[in-house]
Amino acid sequence: MKQVNRIAEGRLIDRDVPITFTFNGRTLQGFRGDTLASALLANGVKIVGRSFKYGRPRGIIAAGVEEPNAILQVGATPSTQVPNVRATEQALYEGLVCRTTNGWPSLEWDAMAMVGKLAGKMMPPGFYYKTMMYSQPVWHAAERVIRKMAGLGFAPTEPDPEIYDKINRHCDLLIIGAGPAGLAAALTAQPSGARIIIVDENPTPGGWLRFSDDQVDDAPARVWVQATLHALRAAANVEVLLRSTATGLHDGNFVTVVERCRDHLAPTVTQGLARQRMHRIRAREVVLASGAHERPLVYANNDVPGCMLAGAVSVYLKGYGVRPGNALVVATNNDAGYQAAIDWLAAGTGSATVVDARAAPTSSLVTRAESAGVVVIQGAVVVDVVGGASVKAAVVCDFDAQADARLGPVRKLAADVIASSGGYSPVVHLSAHLGHRPVWREDVCGFVPNPDHERLLFAGAVTGEFALGESLEQGAIAAHQALSRLGFDAPKSLAISGSESIGFALQALFQVPHPLPTAKAPPQFVDYQLDVSAAAIEIATREGFESVEHVKRYTALGFGTDQGKLSNVNGVAIAAKALGQSIKETGTTMFRPNYTPVSFGVMAGRDVGEFFEPKRYTAMQPWHEAEGAAFEDVGQWKRPWYFPRGDETLQAAVRRECLAVRQRVGILDASTLGKIDIQGPDAREFLNRIYTNAWLKLAPGKCRYGLMCSEDGMVMDDGVTACLAPNHFLMTTTTGGAARVLQWLELWHQTEWPELKVFFNSVTDHWATITLSGPESRSLLAPLTDIDLSPTDFAFMDWRAGLVCGLPARVFRISFTGELTYEINVNANDGLALWQALMAAGAEVDLTPYGTETMHVLRAEKGFVIVGQDTDGSVTPEDLGMGWAVAKRKKFSFVGQRGMMRADCLRSQRKQFVGLSPLNPSCVLPEGSQIVFARPQSLPADMVGHVTSSYDSPVLGRSFALALVKGGLDRHGEIVEVSVGPDRWEKAELRSPIFYDPEGARQHV
Amino acid sequence: MLRIHCPYCQELRDEPEFHYSGEAHLARPDDPASCSDAQWGTYLYFRRNPRGRHHEMWYHAAGCRRFFNVVRDTVTYDIEQTYAMGAQPVKDEALLQ
Repeated sequence: MKQVNRIAEGRLIDRDVPITFTFNGRTLQGFRGDTLASALLANGVKIVGRSFKYGRPRGIIAAGVEEPNAILQVGATPSTQVPNVRATEQALYEGLVCRTTNGWPSLEWDAMAMVGKLAGKMMPPGFYYKTMMYSQPVWHAAERVIRKMAGLGFAPTEPDPEIYDKINRHCDLLIIGAGPAGLAAALTAQPSGARIIIVDENPTPGGWLRFSDDQVDDAPARVWVQATLHALRAAANVEVLLRSTATGLHDGNFVTVVERCRDHLAPTVTQGLARQRMHRIRAREVVLASGAHERPLVYANNDVPGCMLAGAVSVYLKGYGVRPGNALVVATNNDAGYQAAIDWLAAGTGSATVVDARAAPTSSLVTRAESAGVVVIQGAVVVDVVGGASVKAAVVCDFDAQADARLGPVRKLAADVIASSGGYSPVVHLSAHLGHRPVWREDVCGFVPNPDHERLLFAGAVTGEFALGESLEQGAIAAHQALSRLGFDAPKSLAISGSESIGFALQALFQVPHPLPTAKAPPQFVDYQLDVSAAAIEIATREGFESVEHVKRYTALGFGTDQGKLSNVNGVAIAAKALGQSIKETGTTMFRPNYTPVSFGVMAGRDVGEFFEPKRYTAMQPWHEAEGAAFEDVGQWKRPWYFPRGDETLQAAVRRECLAVRQRVGILDASTLGKIDIQGPDAREFLNRIYTNAWLKLAPGKCRYGLMCSEDGMVMDDGVTACLAPNHFLMTTTTGGAARVLQWLELWHQTEWPELKVFFNSVTDHWATITLSGPESRSLLAPLTDIDLSPTDFAFMDWRAGLVCGLPARVFRISFTGELTYEINVNANDGLALWQALMAAGAEVDLTPYGTETMHVLRAEKGFVIVGQDTDGSVTPEDLGMGWAVAKRKKFSFVGQRGMMRADCLRSQRKQFVGLSPLNPSCVLPEGSQIVFARPQSLPADMVGHVTSSYDSPVLGRSFALALVKGGLDRHGEIVEVSVGPDRWEKAELRSPIFYDPEGARQHV
Repeated sequence: MLRIHCPYCQELRDEPEFHYSGEAHLARPDDPASCSDAQWGTYLYFRRNPRGRHHEMWYHAAGCRRFFNVVRDTVTYDIEQTYAMGAQPVKDEALLQ
């Protein structure tokens, strides 16, 4: 296909470098410098998508970031798919593959178009809410079809092969926008030596100077822009970031800027280099020079492909050498609209007509247009469009601006492009990100940044100042103000002059009145991307939505990926009129980060895959891996879950491991338990205050189990603490609670009891912990250590220091299995060597490594709780039947003591910790199953508790479970019903949670 | 994102190094046993939620591991001052109210 719309001009393209790309499977050609949008227009492509709700054909409207329609899916392979790319921002590269994101089954024949045509009136605003209110099943059925037809692009189905960067930056002055005001600010600030970053979303600086005929210092403005860019790039204290969008302004002048480093290059070129980079900029001062977006007029059928923005027509003509038609009609309410018509005729043959809503505009542009051959019709508006898939004619009628709605007879003007200009909307988005609501200015006919903004400085069109000379001056003044605040010297103005202002002389006009009432007229679209029409906004106000924020949510106005860049002001104006109030009274909806969509990739940066989260391994990891252990995540730790032999299943391995510990001896890597070293003359007093039980008499060489409660009396952690020396303790915590408990200790020490002389340090990683458990553990360990293991010298809950396998060790006689157990702690560097030595020595007795699953079964057989599994933050020590671990007569009111005395903690029928024996001994109750006292006759049932732990016990030869049950401590022997599925119940008997060796004889040998 | 001056490190550091730790200047009753349930409930659960200046504790988790006090505006998020645990803020009308 030839580039039918390509003309001779084109400042940004390089005709010597043709580029081939694919659109919806069609191979097309453009030039280097083209955007995807300009290349599509050059090839005569009119329809680039189907609308969201009604399936109407849509074409390219704008030439920049504000484009609502040309939202394409880009990417040649399943892994490089990028959804929702604005064709107006995507640079063309060789081999680019793109397609429309909606249109089902095809762009030309769209199923939704029929729905839209037939049922458009049946899909008013609030359609989805109303449908959902009717009936859930109807909605669920409809949703599947609607999602398919609505089409919002799709995510890649394979991992993204690209890499992304994040970088933290600091600067004195950040300038957002490199148009005339931003460049003037940078130029003014540069000599001060302040560190400056200037960012712009476009590939080249200059803003609208790139496409205008303006002059700076009596030379084309483009020359000044190039010279300025050169000067700034040469300065050591300035960084110019192009293709970089400031997406969010956050607290403390923290600005996120997304640089699209390689999106303009073919993916093959990008390998090894970041596709996008997030600059996280901390700026001492920020100047916002973000410019303004032209907004369209709202007339009937204003979405027919061929309807564009007037400014965009000029950009395509002058920037890209593209003229998307022959007969142009410009609908305008200001002087700017004339420029498009002048540019149109300057680019060759054809016709251009300006339909100006104003009765008698006086501007040099009008006379220039007329002398260039433009037909000018004043005091008239375009009210409607003839054409379906493309514009055929404009329907024009006379218009009395003063009376607003007085319309004469209509007439048709043949046209294939209708360009409209309804004025300019300052790009206030970033000024509002911290909550400052933009304010309406009648003279600007737009919202401008809130003047109370104490952090930002503003310059240029964003302030409503559209003239070049004044914009340059504002830039210089803003730079001066920013640098003065920082103590730098900077001149108050730049000795440059811009060409004379043409003025805009705008006549406020948003929705063009149609001969028919809005509800009966053809749709007048306000938000193209989400198909919100003027009629929909009127309906919303009629249905009682008076706040513009509610109108937005009811109609979806501004909810698209374009965030209503074109629709905001028109929508507010129409809502204001419908509500019979001023735009100022109506106000605008809020703008929130991000200004444009941001890829997940650039948010994540390099923190993906291996770098997503640290992984923690114990010193024995190489052995576990070599032995083929299955691993389980416990927080960041990787812990051996079980050690399968051959092709053993989990169940078979756990059964073997459990019996080995109960009958002979097993070995466990317990290094992940939290370990906190506590020292100081008041360490003992501190423990006494933080634990529920008594610590004043614990002698060196002894260990004690401790329960830790929060101030409300609920159990928050548990563990064994050993007295190493009179002023020295080693506290162990749950694996997951280590960091939390350390912070807890610090909190109490630093905020409540700073007078206590005590210090805490985490030593979790310093020690490797190996547990030998089972009746043969003593005979296995005895020959390997110089510690006397005789039960009289080394009793249960003692600890001893000595050598194990020649390595310095602390050995603790504590038990989490109920069996005779020695926990051997050595320097982490010795952990692997000790493990290997023990395995070698234990080969004769088949020393069996066991994992966390077996550990859980064994501890549950003994009724030992796991805090966080058997408790949930609403369980007191009494509820656990562990009142023995609460000292009733401590002098100091320990943490949690008062809390557990509250009336609610003392009442009967609290949920309490019990054992459960399923009457069917082969049924392992699912953990989390709800419990009732009797099978309910009707729902909802009175649920009295739930299963917290549940296993099959090899040593008991049956299943068993632990549970929290209302009044459970007094209900041993009762039968309850456990819900294990829809209409499926299991009976179980409540009992003591200690299933095995209730006397504790096995650990006291 | 905030930047917070740690009064112990004497450095302005990024927010991710810190954990928010609730309202500041909440003293534990000297004799919890003599508190009524209502008084104890107030100490445990009731917190100020001002619009404007707020005194709060932060924890320099990825730094010196110290708790300290911050006076922060809950509307603008401006941090007025930070000061060590046990100290009082400079010129503090809000606490007197």
